[in-house]
Amino acid sequence: MPTYRPGPVSLVIAALVALFLLMPLLAVIPVSLTPSRMLAMPTGELSLRHYRSLIEDPRWLESILLSIRIGIVSSAISTVLALCFSLGVWMFQPRFTAALVGFVLLPMVVPPVVSAITLYFLLTSISGVSSFFGYDTWLGVAMAHSVMTVPFATVLILVSLSQLDRRIDLAARGLGASVWERATRIIMPNIKFGIVTAALLSFVLSWEEIGVTLFITSVNAITLPRLMWMGLRDNIDPAIAALSVILIIITVLVLAVRSVVVRLNRGSRPV
Amino acid sequence: MRGVLSDRMGAALLMAPLLLFLGLAYAWPFLGVVKWSFTLPTPGLGQYKALLTDDLVQSVFIRTLRIAAIVTVVSVAAAYAITVVWVRGSPAQRLIAEFCILVPFWISVLTRAFGWVALLSNRGLINTWLQSIGFISEPLTLVRNEFGVIVGMTHFLIPFAVFPLASAMRSLDDRVLLAARGLGSSRMRTFWTVFVPMTRSGIIGSAMIVFVFSLGFFVTPAILGGGRSVMIAELIYLRIFQSPDWGLGAAISVVLVLFVGALMALLFRYVRPKQLI
Repeated sequence: MPTYRPGPVSLVIAALVALFLLMPLLAVIPVSLTPSRMLAMPTGELSLRHYRSLIEDPRWLESILLSIRIGIVSSAISTVLALCFSLGVWMFQPRFTAALVGFVLLPMVVPPVVSAITLYFLLTSISGVSSFFGYDTWLGVAMAHSVMTVPFATVLILVSLSQLDRRIDLAARGLGASVWERATRIIMPNIKFGIVTAALLSFVLSWEEIGVTLFITSVNAITLPRLMWMGLRDNIDPAIAALSVILIIITVLVLAVRSVVVRLNRGSRPV
Repeated sequence: MRGVLSDRMGAALLMAPLLLFLGLAYAWPFLGVVKWSFTLPTPGLGQYKALLTDDLVQSVFIRTLRIAAIVTVVSVAAAYAITVVWVRGSPAQRLIAEFCILVPFWISVLTRAFGWVALLSNRGLINTWLQSIGFISEPLTLVRNEFGVIVGMTHFLIPFAVFPLASAMRSLDDRVLLAARGLGSSRMRTFWTVFVPMTRSGIIGSAMIVFVFSLGFFVTPAILGGGRSVMIAELIYLRIFQSPDWGLGAAISVVLVLFVGALMALLFRYVRPKQLI
């Protein structure tokens, strides 16, 4: 327990920062209820027409389904690749580990716009060879998203491996377990929480990826963020406000559930 | 001997897929971009010379550095204030602070930029309200300019600035503060002369992260700047897609990577990577 609590001055400043952080999230609520066809504050009556247009306009549903498909495929690719790589690092501790991990983390630290132009180069090169896999295809986007999310998955899995007791693996090894058995029956069950978190984070990152997606799609592979971007750039479509409200509510609910689960877990474990 | 060999084989087999994947899908195309910067439209160093002479490119670089510097100072200061409460507040205060940090953190950059448009635009919340109470007659221009960009980027980056600060504040030994107070130092003085200097590594780490992020920022400036306050990343986008000048776009990317790389190298001389998490 900290001895010194923040005083009144820090509490007031922190409250202002908190207000600043929440303000834009709250501002979309009234806008989403405007009866106007343009972005405006509702004056008088409220309307749910923008929520209705989310359901009635097939473009929104199509892009949501596409984003889910790309998210699942890219999350699967990046989780599997990150898991194998991390197991290799942890079980064999090869030389040059630091350099190899550094290389894997590059897409996370390089400015996203540079990754975007890099992946644009890659996918336009592939397009010359194959038409269903390359620039502006959903498989191309899924691969690009895997590149962008794999460093995050690797970090999460490496962190959960670092908390694992090496002696259980040594015991398995001493009892004659093969590398495959050690990995699948000893190590993976013990880091399953980390693996699931890595898969979820990869999915979320792909679901909301826009910086790279803008560079590698034009008319066919319109993911949800890409569609929002189109609605934000030209005439601002208030349907985006309705969609934002829904996304914010989902985020708040997921975070609330997560914090309850964490608390319950803490409670059940003897400290 | 056989054991060693199979160990090496095992490590290689497990690590190879990801290394191959990133080698082919990231390292190789990046070299392609570097090649573009030297060969398009004509082979040579022409694109890099253009970077040094082109007025537009220069003004975008300077604007980007200026915005990044302002955003860094404001975000780190704001993040510091809320982190103090998140780390050292009462349980209820901590819960509220955590909520205010994590909810924006998990919400997509587009939604957050849109929220600022809803607040700041001519028919947005702030202008509507100020006009309805008669404070102003004409809407203020709060968005589609540098002010909007700075506000939006600061909002996006505060949660990222929080994590290194929180890690530094958590590792601080309370007895030092007790000693300062015991020796008669006031609360204010303890904060400024003991607490803040002892979280220096967190401040450096958080400032570096925010600065590096702001340099390559694309979405927020593009939406809140409305094409009037173009930053480096948007300039690259425009050079690739609007006035096809791939060579210049590629050259700017290469310079950006080198600059960010140099900054990171500088960062790791002062802060160990573990202190950033």
